[in-house]
Amino acid sequence: MVDITPHADNTVPAAEVADVELYHPKSWWTTYVFSQDAKVIAIQYSGTAIAIGMVALVLSWLMRLQLGFPGTFDFITPEAYYQFITMHGMIMVIYLLTALFLGGFGNYLIPLMVGARDMVFPYANMLSYWIYLLAVLVLVVSFFAPGGPTGAGWTLYPPQAILSGTPGGQAWGIILMLVSLILFIIGFTMGGLNYVVTVLQGRARGMTLMRMPLTVWGIFTATVMALLAFPALFVACVMMLFDRLLGTSFFMPALVELGQQLEYGGGSPILFQHLFWFFGHPEVYIVALPAFGIVSDLISTHARKNIFGYRMMVWAIVIIGALSFVVWAHHMYVSGMHPWFGFFFATTTLIIAVPTALKVYNWVLTLWRGDIHLTLPMLFALAFIVTFVNGGLTGLFLGNVVVDVPLSDTMFVVAHFHMVMGVAPILVIFGAIYHWYPKITGRMLNEAMGQFHFWVTFLGAYAIFFPMHYVGLVGVPRRYPDISGTAFIPESVHTLNAFITIAALVVGFAQLVFLFNLFWSLKFGRDAGGNPWRATSLEWQTPTTPPPHGNWGDTLPVVYRWAYDYSVPGAPEDFIAQNDPGPRTAQAAGPA
Amino acid sequence: MSVILVFLLVVLGVAGWWLSHQRLMSKPWLEQGVPAAFPDTDVTGMPTAKIALGIFLAVVGALFALFASAYFMRMDYADWQATPLPSVLWLNTAILVMASIALQIAVAASRQGHGTTVRLALVTAALTTVAFLAGQLMAWRDLTADGYLLDGNPASSFFYLITGMHGLHIVAGIVGLARVSARSMRGSNDENTRLGIELCAMYWHFLLLIWLGVFVLLAGWANDFIAVCRQFLI
Repeated sequence: MVDITPHADNTVPAAEVADVELYHPKSWWTTYVFSQDAKVIAIQYSGTAIAIGMVALVLSWLMRLQLGFPGTFDFITPEAYYQFITMHGMIMVIYLLTALFLGGFGNYLIPLMVGARDMVFPYANMLSYWIYLLAVLVLVVSFFAPGGPTGAGWTLYPPQAILSGTPGGQAWGIILMLVSLILFIIGFTMGGLNYVVTVLQGRARGMTLMRMPLTVWGIFTATVMALLAFPALFVACVMMLFDRLLGTSFFMPALVELGQQLEYGGGSPILFQHLFWFFGHPEVYIVALPAFGIVSDLISTHARKNIFGYRMMVWAIVIIGALSFVVWAHHMYVSGMHPWFGFFFATTTLIIAVPTALKVYNWVLTLWRGDIHLTLPMLFALAFIVTFVNGGLTGLFLGNVVVDVPLSDTMFVVAHFHMVMGVAPILVIFGAIYHWYPKITGRMLNEAMGQFHFWVTFLGAYAIFFPMHYVGLVGVPRRYPDISGTAFIPESVHTLNAFITIAALVVGFAQLVFLFNLFWSLKFGRDAGGNPWRATSLEWQTPTTPPPHGNWGDTLPVVYRWAYDYSVPGAPEDFIAQNDPGPRTAQAAGPA
Repeated sequence: MSVILVFLLVVLGVAGWWLSHQRLMSKPWLEQGVPAAFPDTDVTGMPTAKIALGIFLAVVGALFALFASAYFMRMDYADWQATPLPSVLWLNTAILVMASIALQIAVAASRQGHGTTVRLALVTAALTTVAFLAGQLMAWRDLTADGYLLDGNPASSFFYLITGMHGLHIVAGIVGLARVSARSMRGSNDENTRLGIELCAMYWHFLLLIWLGVFVLLAGWANDFIAVCRQFLI
């Protein structure tokens, strides 16, 4: 660290960055297609993720149609239903949420928010996207392969995942799924190294770690976790691929299938579950931490108030990240593992609620007596807090072994995880898109369409998932395509199922309005200017909007303060940008 | 899962040590505009590529720690029969050690600007590494000839899987080494080339370390140790 003496006017020179570090595109192809600019890569990532996410949305419609009106749709066979579940879950968790938060928002926001010109390894960054795209294409191909995609459930539990009774088990489905995941992990590792090292090495002068916006902290920590957790999925996929193709018995026990003894013997399905959930649980927080970070910034900006307990927020993110690696077996309470394990993992699971609750309190305390602007990003942020608390509370139920055992594999679990890691992060994604779209395109998203989208999505999501808790409590199992002939299930469940299906269709259509808005506003949206939300963080201070290649023009920004100087007493405006050297002294700020 | 947990504990330790130097106790909301001495970016002075490689190696370490975890868990099942260690592995280990030493010599020589020594050391490293891979293939052939097949006992399945995965990482390293060597052969000894050689050495040392771990694992010397660890865990 070098000490620098400021100029007479209290400013300091920007850090010198050699020009060769920046990649310069030469043609249309290298500017927009094979681009190494993180902003273009971010848009490519987001576009691909949203496109494949639409497929998952349609799959959820098909599932709901079957559940709401069983027997009406002939083409939804039980096999097809399993394929829909599997693909819906896998796409949403991996190819949409992970890719959009880290590949999309990570790529766009990290360099801009820390004051860098680009990611530190632009070429690897580009490669990361193209491998991700390849992974998505392999996944799409599995829909058209003989036998269709795998129907093993998104957890791909062996032995059923590779047996002939499961759709795609003895056909192409499972192979393409595993290959696609392996590709995704390789691609992600390239991108993930970039995000982490850019935060470590690319920060502008004055941007200490404790001055970074919480969005960057969230994405940074989530990426570190993903880098350490995805290898577990990689190992599980490779070993299952060996079992399926090369006849090993890592996971496969001795089995008789259709009266025939299979070649397998002695393997351990539980081993797979340990590996899978060693990835699977951190994955929940890989999605949640960027959402936590983004929502902190949205709330602070739109309530015109500094974030309450910034330090605690940072520590909580790091602590959640670390703890999330020792809770994985709470997904396996009913797998027959040692009861002492259940005790241990229930304890760690409940401990992780402490830093999480701390974050929720801090969001609420940030809102307390803030100058709350009910803009679209703020609405989505508020909806996130409510939804996350809701889903988190049912998490406390399921984290306790004795409560989990009867609820396990019921629709209650489906309702819980959709609330906490489906609806909640997606609300943040919407909020973030409404918040940063003006920076990305230079235009505001249409407000009326946005309001419609928000209210239908928010209320609709509750109409879908709130009743689902009750459906689960009366014992309706998940993964069953048709429960209509079951004696213990009351008639009201069927009515409720039909209601949920209609709500799901409506919410789905509202997303089409959102997509239309994205394109419509590109051309007809109100001109946004450089900093429509009057926000402090660096990405809003770029010399031009949308930010050009290299982000900052001639000189890099210098950071003089943290990202949350809103409504500072005595300041000429109600926000002070991070790169504003301003005369904010103890005297000007009033009594500290 | 004990191996991966111990590994993560180490990673957490390093991360915690690093974070403790990042002024996490500072109060950014009180940091008034312009301090007398302005901190330069708190990025470290280390080359970016070296930090990136370090993080990548942590990922590779996690991968092999997970394979080891899976190995020990699968070992508990009744059908496990240990695979005998092909004796060529001892030779392979020695060869890989030589490759690491050669790269270390290349690093030292490039710092002192001895171009010829650098090139000689790089070629030695490349040749010994290829010899290592050939030796691993020989180990595979020996095992296959003795009837320890990939789809046989899980112990031999793991043998092929883990050594294969290690070999793939070595192959990727050779690609990097070839690029650095090509630059060095053209007579370049600038900062970039020196850094490239240092990165290769770092990668090779790490893969040697991984190999020693894999060797201990496959030889079964760690079994008693793991059994003791289990006593503590359950």
